[in-house]
Amino acid sequence: MDLVKPSIGLIFWMLVSFGIIFFILKKFAWKPILTMLKDREDFITNALNSAESAKKEMAALQSNNEKLLAEARGQRDIMLKEAREIKDQIIGEAKGAAQKEADKVMKSARESIQSEKNAAIAEMKNQVAALSLQIAEKILKEELSSSEKQKALVVTLLNDVNLN
Amino acid sequence: MAYKHSCFRTFSLRFLVLFAFSCFSTLAVAGDEDNANASRPTEKQASAEAKEEKFNAGETIMEHIGDSHEWHIAGKGEHAIAIPLPVIVYSKRGLSVFLSSHLEDGSHGYRFEKAKDGSHRMVALTPEGTVDEEMTKSVWDLSITKNVLSIFIVMGLMLWIFVSAANAYKRAPGTAPTGVRSFVEPLIIFVRDDIAKSSIGEKKYMKYLPFLLTIFFFIWITNLLGMIPIFPGGANVTGNIAVAMTLAVIVFVITTLSGKATYWRHVFAMPGVPKGILVLLTPIEIFGVFLKPFVLMIRLFANILAGHIIALSFFCLIFIFAEMNTGLGFGVSILSVAFTVFMGMLELLVGFLQAYVFTLLAAMYFGTAIEEHHAEHAHVEAH
Repeated sequence: MDLVKPSIGLIFWMLVSFGIIFFILKKFAWKPILTMLKDREDFITNALNSAESAKKEMAALQSNNEKLLAEARGQRDIMLKEAREIKDQIIGEAKGAAQKEADKVMKSARESIQSEKNAAIAEMKNQVAALSLQIAEKILKEELSSSEKQKALVVTLLNDVNLN
Repeated sequence: MAYKHSCFRTFSLRFLVLFAFSCFSTLAVAGDEDNANASRPTEKQASAEAKEEKFNAGETIMEHIGDSHEWHIAGKGEHAIAIPLPVIVYSKRGLSVFLSSHLEDGSHGYRFEKAKDGSHRMVALTPEGTVDEEMTKSVWDLSITKNVLSIFIVMGLMLWIFVSAANAYKRAPGTAPTGVRSFVEPLIIFVRDDIAKSSIGEKKYMKYLPFLLTIFFFIWITNLLGMIPIFPGGANVTGNIAVAMTLAVIVFVITTLSGKATYWRHVFAMPGVPKGILVLLTPIEIFGVFLKPFVLMIRLFANILAGHIIALSFFCLIFIFAEMNTGLGFGVSILSVAFTVFMGMLELLVGFLQAYVFTLLAAMYFGTAIEEHHAEHAHVEAH
C-alpha cells in the first residue's frame, strides 16, 4: 500500500527543507520576534510597575500630607488650649495677687489707723492730764490765794473727815 | 483583551475568505470534472473502453491523497491538465533529471509503474523498453513530487510571513502590532505561553521554542494549504506518512538527545517501584519511548488523511450518482457541497487542532525529558 509506505524521496526532501526552514526562521524570524516580544512585554511590565509605584507614592504622599495636616491641626488645638489655660492662670494669679495686695493694704491701713488712734488717744490723755494739772494748779492757786480761803478749805476738808 | 478579541475576529474573517475561495474553487473543479464526464458519452467510444472509464471512487480518492510525480489539476487521461514536476532519479546508471511528463513514455529510461498490490514504484527500463529488475533495485527516487513542491511552497510562505514580520518588528520596535504582525503575534504568544512555557517550564523553554514554533506553523499552514483544492494547495502533505513520520522522528531525536538522568531513570528503573514490578514496568516504559512518537505520527497522519478522504468522498458521491442519472448527480451535488462546506469548517478546526496537539505533545515530551530531580524531591518529602 502506498498509503502507509513512506517514500524515501519525500522523507529526504522533508528533512532537508524542514532543516533549512528551521534554521533560517530560527535566525531571522523567531529570534528577533521573540526578543522584541520579550522586550515589549518587559517594557509594558516596567511601565505598569512604575505607574503602580508612582500611584503608591502619590497615595503615601497624600496620606503623609493628611497626617501632617492632622498633626498641625492637633498642635494648633493644643496650643490654643494651652494659651487659654495660661490666660486663665494668669488672670487667676493676677486676681489672687491683687486680692492679696488689697488685703495687705487694707490690713496695714487698719493697723496704722489703730496705732494712730492709739497714739492720738495717748496724746489726748497726756494733754488731758497736763490740762487737768494746769487747771488743778490754777484752781489750787485760786483756792489757796488767801489765808481765809486756805482756812476755809482746811475747815471743809476737816468737816468732810468723819472721825468715826 | 478587546484588542486580542478583534485580532481573532480578523483572523476568523480571513479564514472565511479563504474558505469561501476554497469552496468556490472546489465547485469549479467539480464542474470541470462534470464537463469531462458529460462529454464522455458523445465521444461514442468502444464499450470496453467505456467500461474501463467507469468511475472508480476508491481509485480516484487514492490518487488524490497519494503523492504524485505531477500536479494534477483537472481532466482525465489524455485530456488531463497537470503541471509536470522534475523527476530526480539516482541509480547505478547515475543521476537523471527530467520532467515527469517523460515518465509515461519511459524516454529517459525510467517509468512509474503500478504493481499488482496496488502500490506504485519507479522502475528502470532496459533500452528495449522492458523492466530492468536489477537496475530497479538500485533506484533512488528523489523527485520533486507534488508533496515536495507543497513543502517548498509552505517553506516559501513561512519565510515570507515570518521574516517580513520579524523585519516589521525590527523597523518599529516596541509598538503595537499591525499588519502581518497582528496576525502572527497572537499565535506566537499562544505557542510560547500555552505550549512551551506550560509544558517545558520557565527556565528552559527558550531552547525549544524555535523548533516548536516552526513545527506548529509548518503543520498548520500545510494543513490549511491542503484544504485549497487546486494548485498551490490540495496536496495531502501532513496526511502523508513520510511527512508525519519525519516530524515525529525529529521530535523523538530531540527528546532522546535532551533526555536527562531523571528521564532515563524513569524509563529504566522507575524510582519508588519494587523490583518485581520493574521487570514488568521497564519493558513497557522502553516501549513507551518509541510509542510516543509513533502515536504522534499516526494521529497527525490519520486525522489529515481522513479529512481529505471525507472531502473527496462527498465529491465522488456526485459522480457515482451521476453515472446512474445525470440529474441525480446534480441533485446530490447540492447535498455534497453542503456537506463539504460543513466538513471544511470542521477540517479548519482539525487542521489547527492537529498542529496544536502535535506541538503540545512534542513540548510535553521535551518537558519530561529535561525534568530534573523532580521525583527525588517528592520521594524525600514523602518520607
